[in-house]
Amino acid sequence: MDVTFDFNWAAALASLPHLLPGIPYTLLISFGGLAIGFLIGILFGLMRISPLAWLRIPAIAYIEIFRGTPVLVQVLFIFYGLPQLLGSPINALVAGIAAIAVNSGAYISEIVRGGVQSIERGQREAGLSLGLSRTQAFRYIIWPQALRRMIPPLGNQAIISIKDTSLFSVIGVGELVRQGQVYIATTFTALEVYLMVALLYLAITWSLSLILRLLERKGLVGQ
Amino acid sequence: MSSSQTPTSETPIVRMDKVNKHFGDLHVLKDIDLEIAPGEVVVIIGASGSGKSTLIRCVNGLEEFQYGHIEVDGNELLPNGKSAKALQTIRTEVGMVFQQFNLFPHLSVLDNVTLAPIKVRGTPRQQAVANARRLLERVGIADQADKSPTQLSGGQQQRVALARALTMEPRLMLFDEPTSALDPEMIGEVLDAMRELARDGMTMMIVTHEMGFAREVADRVIYIHGGQIVEQGPPGVVFDNPQHERTQSFLSRVLKH
Repeated sequence: MDVTFDFNWAAALASLPHLLPGIPYTLLISFGGLAIGFLIGILFGLMRISPLAWLRIPAIAYIEIFRGTPVLVQVLFIFYGLPQLLGSPINALVAGIAAIAVNSGAYISEIVRGGVQSIERGQREAGLSLGLSRTQAFRYIIWPQALRRMIPPLGNQAIISIKDTSLFSVIGVGELVRQGQVYIATTFTALEVYLMVALLYLAITWSLSLILRLLERKGLVGQ
Repeated sequence: MSSSQTPTSETPIVRMDKVNKHFGDLHVLKDIDLEIAPGEVVVIIGASGSGKSTLIRCVNGLEEFQYGHIEVDGNELLPNGKSAKALQTIRTEVGMVFQQFNLFPHLSVLDNVTLAPIKVRGTPRQQAVANARRLLERVGIADQADKSPTQLSGGQQQRVALARALTMEPRLMLFDEPTSALDPEMIGEVLDAMRELARDGMTMMIVTHEMGFAREVADRVIYIHGGQIVEQGPPGVVFDNPQHERTQSFLSRVLKH
């Protein structure tokens, strides 16, 4: 028996106008979550390398918990679980952003820690020997260098988080995958639509890669 | 040289009193008693691991010590780093040049030199820049001011590091093996800059393996072994007529080649 795949280009193209409205949601959840995740990452990453146990231990706990559990479980917990505690429902978009924030925040904490710890001890000593305070040495000498080294792994994390948002179709937020599912429910063109969905993710992540490569070529990254 | 300036009765700028330091089980510094007079150039020699770098790093608090007492220009450093305020003052008055230069690679040469005056002293940028250019001129690298330090040779980088330390107008300069990481052909240019600084009357504590330089520039040579000052005196005496057996064997190993 012949098995022939009948790929319908017209159906694929026709799905585009129905998928595109998902992009703003995907971008908003990704970059909104990542922006908050970055702030969390700076805070907990620095707490993680503190010599003070009462700062270090909560940071370790946070990182282990949110890095060690699936982002899907995290978003289900936030969207379905937390309202039970709070007594009021949580907006799906807010739940999605929060899930990306706490999840990427755990990974970014480790990126921040690695970046800061990768700066040679002599840099700090040179700053201190010039009379800079520890805070000034960090702010003017260590952090700017650490940030440059952090950009490649941060880009990596951004790409991972963007893809993670596809899971949030389960809480009904109208991101890319959700738009695709809704459309397929009426057209039954799963092959064509999911291919288009995949290509749209690729377009987003690939643009980000290009921007990062451009930054690297301009010498703003690395060293 | 500067031996004529060696003061006899002035208040010492550095006074170390029974300083002891431990790294875990290792007793790195043992009962160090040392006074440095203003304008004095002291070269500290000894085998690696003898504690000579640790000794000068205690003077500006990059290393803590566990027992004893250090006074730098009237500011008292206490054991176990319990002297945060004094430490800050001492560090603005004591410059340091490191073996690995430790220039800030994300800043231009000029910004390396102006950072501390602007951030620590609040010097207006224009004035800090003018001062930095003058110092870079003095160490012979005025034309490299706008480059990244990573574009410079080792010798040039170390001279920038010297200018960077001098911009805070230190009362004392510490040198931690300033030429040990340099290619041989670049050692001379750094030693020349240090020689000139000594000639201008800077108080200097220098850890180095450059014995010829030590003999020429030092007012006093200190030999350290096992964390203890074994012998000290004018270079002529320590190098040509060492009294202690350990000093003799160290010098015979170092001076042979």
